[in-house]
Amino acid sequence: MNYQTKFKKIGDKVKIGLTGTAVLLILAILAIILLAVIAGGYKSLSWEFLSQPPRDGMTKGGIFPAIFGMVFSLILMLIAVVPVGVATAVYLHEYARPDFILTRLIRGAVNNLAGVPSIVFGLFGLGFFIQFIGNGIDRSLGQSGLFGQPCILWASLTLALMNLPMIIVATEEALRAIPQAERAGALALGATKWQTIRHVVLPQAIPGILTGVVLVVSRGAGEVAPIMFTGAAYYLPYLPKLPTDQFMTLGYHIFVMTTQSPDIDATVPIAMGATLVLLALTFSLNIIAIIIRSRTRSQLRKGR
Amino acid sequence: MEIRENRLEIKDFSLYYHRTKALEEISMDIPEKKVTAIIGPSGCGKSTLLRSINRMNEMIDGVLTEGRILLDAENIYDRSIDVVELRRKVGMVFQRPNPFPKSIYENVAFGVRMGENKQAKGRLEEVVERSLKEAAIWDEVKDRLQRSAMELSGGQQQRVCIARALAVEPEVILMDEPASALDPIATAKIEELIFKLKEKYTIVIVTHNMQQAARVSDQTAFLMLGKLIEYGDTATIFTNPKNKTTEEYITGRFG
Amino acid sequence: MSLQKKRFRYLGESLIEGNIKITAILAIIAVFLIFLFIMRESLPIFFSQEVMQEITFGKLFHGIEWQPVSDNPRFSMWPIILGSLKVTMIALVFAVPAAIGAALYSSEFAGPRLKEFIKPVVELLAGIPSVVLGFFALIIMASFLKSIFGWTYRLNAVNAGIALGFAVIPAIYSLAEDAINAVPRSFREAALGLGATPWQTATKVVLPAALPGVSAAVLFGMGRAVGETMVVLMAAGNAPLFSFNPLESTRTMTATIAAELGEVVFGGGHYHALFFIGLALFLVTFVINTVSWVLFDGLMNRLYGAKK
Ligand SMILES: Nc1ncnc2c1ncn2[C@@H]1O[C@H](COP(=O)(O)OP(=O)(O)OP(=O)(O)O)[C@@H](O)[C@H]1O
Ligand SMILES: [Mg+2]
Repeated sequence: MNYQTKFKKIGDKVKIGLTGTAVLLILAILAIILLAVIAGGYKSLSWEFLSQPPRDGMTKGGIFPAIFGMVFSLILMLIAVVPVGVATAVYLHEYARPDFILTRLIRGAVNNLAGVPSIVFGLFGLGFFIQFIGNGIDRSLGQSGLFGQPCILWASLTLALMNLPMIIVATEEALRAIPQAERAGALALGATKWQTIRHVVLPQAIPGILTGVVLVVSRGAGEVAPIMFTGAAYYLPYLPKLPTDQFMTLGYHIFVMTTQSPDIDATVPIAMGATLVLLALTFSLNIIAIIIRSRTRSQLRKGR
Repeated sequence: MEIRENRLEIKDFSLYYHRTKALEEISMDIPEKKVTAIIGPSGCGKSTLLRSINRMNEMIDGVLTEGRILLDAENIYDRSIDVVELRRKVGMVFQRPNPFPKSIYENVAFGVRMGENKQAKGRLEEVVERSLKEAAIWDEVKDRLQRSAMELSGGQQQRVCIARALAVEPEVILMDEPASALDPIATAKIEELIFKLKEKYTIVIVTHNMQQAARVSDQTAFLMLGKLIEYGDTATIFTNPKNKTTEEYITGRFG
Repeated sequence: MSLQKKRFRYLGESLIEGNIKITAILAIIAVFLIFLFIMRESLPIFFSQEVMQEITFGKLFHGIEWQPVSDNPRFSMWPIILGSLKVTMIALVFAVPAAIGAALYSSEFAGPRLKEFIKPVVELLAGIPSVVLGFFALIIMASFLKSIFGWTYRLNAVNAGIALGFAVIPAIYSLAEDAINAVPRSFREAALGLGATPWQTATKVVLPAALPGVSAAVLFGMGRAVGETMVVLMAAGNAPLFSFNPLESTRTMTATIAAELGEVVFGGGHYHALFFIGLALFLVTFVINTVSWVLFDGLMNRLYGAKK
């Protein structure tokens, strides 16, 4: 081996190492954020912190109402987004002909929806759900300020709209993984198209749909921009009971406690704790999604 | 001369994939309760012809058909025909075993569950047992009906798929190279089974394997480039073909 | 028994299909409604006499000051446009090499085990809520960077840009990796067979073949960066200065909406101006994303065509 090629080989190794460094960098970012939030937040954590409302002008106490409101809004969001998302994916993959203009339009719309900035969803929620739909309902009921104001319902619907593409993509990926031969098998036995979808296709797509649900919950839990004008409140002295109530939520609480507080020194530790809780939640949800996905993948490999 | 009833008649049937013609004016009568084999070189349209008989071609985009296929004198391509009813009368077994990732029991029960036959639904266990017995797999699986069908061997899966098709009580069974993915022992079992099944069912089978066609079938159709070259008694086709191309193909000079 | 169509079955099936289809069409309606309603709330700037006394389309591009709440309100979008550009560029300068380097490494040089590990790591980074990234940048990273580099202002475009980079790395990575993976194995085998080193194969054959996809990935990341709100709202300092200095406090378009919409007079000029910013964001991200998808889809079709 002459010197030139040897030199080249070393140079190549260095360059490959450099791309490896990029991987390390990503790992480091993840680790640093995690460690910093854990280190900063674990002192604030206690049962009281999780189960009590804020006290003393939000300078003391816990974050329970924010957790409660978050769960409330996520449930409403799921009720809206899962059926619509799954049905859309089923249409695109099972019914639609790929070359039809309608199919392309739907795909384009889904891609586009995925790229709309989250704050624009917030504007839309305000302009459409609250001003247009909400006020419209109020007017027809002869009331004011019931539906035509920020509340959990509108915030959840805004989140649902924003997360629609994610459920669609996850479901469609699951549908794609189901062999065409199984659909043919069912149809050849005299099952109708819908029976085939209902009894052969969808049951196998459940893990994929579940992955989508978990990811959407994780994303919905952390989104602030779409809900800050459509339902989230700084502080509420009571827990929301109805979908038409305003709500506190974890992500917004973190934002408020770090940027809108008159007594930063008192509220930052609370925000630290809240951040740790939110991060722990989204992190575990993402890990669950990763596990479901890798399980179904290895099952696919084994089964067929 | 023996008199045959022709339940399945293919009349001037052509099929296009987009613009390419895959079947050209095929006409043949398929006798009841016999085994009819379709042979021919790869890509000649055997599967296409078979899938035309239960309209499975409709799963594929851009398929166009001309001509008629009659089942009991009804044109199955008529607009008034219910494909679901058709497919319950004309069952199908695929080249690769394609059981659902469900239990063996559920696989066999599937067609009945999807149908409207209340009687069969009420006697589901009986139907499953009878079908598995008919498909000569009962003894191998009777102790593990609740286990996944995916755990079975390829040959067993294929027989479960046959049982699954039998459970809906079809009149015709289409088989597309049902043994090509299997080893010789499993193949022998399937052939034996076909021999038994023709007592009750009209069978159309696609095969690549000349000996298999000669062994199991009563009638043989030879297809090439989408055309029906020769069709007749298996014995005649194999010993005394009228057409030179058929002879060349059968003696293995190409294909 | 006959094969005639069973009406109940036919009806049931088409009812179900119809419902599913209408549901699917909701996505189109949604996009249309978003555009329509953002538009509806920004139109008064162009047509309403009353609103135009306060603000006009011309005023949005006149001068260099965004001072909507004052005796003499000024609505120049230039400082916040510049802010968005500045922060986006800084984010991309940092995120593009990291994401593409990692994508190249994981698809070309990493062993299968390492590969299985890298993807989840990136997914976990993608899973961090932007409010958490904003919090991290605001409370922890800013002080750290300030003490190291001796910054005058703790919160500035670089601080926000880096945190924004964290948010867009996963987006760029996943598209870039898909594009690189779609390059057929035969390309690599041919290059290696001709005596190219793995590095040469990766950079001279694979990367160029995947280039449209990689560009799509960068554009996609750019769309994300322009539209991201919480990170910049919390980490950039939020002063709407018309300044090219990356170490000064800055304010983006998204942050402007988020910071001010809560306090505007409903239906006033400021309110409509904020919707106009939203409209601009919608259109800009629409164009960026569309170009990105066209590039990406084109590449995928070509490469998968080549595989067959
Ligand atoms: N889905 C399809 N779209 C377009 N063309 C098709 C499709 N399926 C089959 N063809 C074409 O139709 C012709 C007949 O195909 P078919 O599968 O019926 O052949 P075959 O005789 O069953 O072949 P083999 O013995 O390989 O199974 C071939 O030329 C094939 O390329
Ligand atoms: Mg075939």
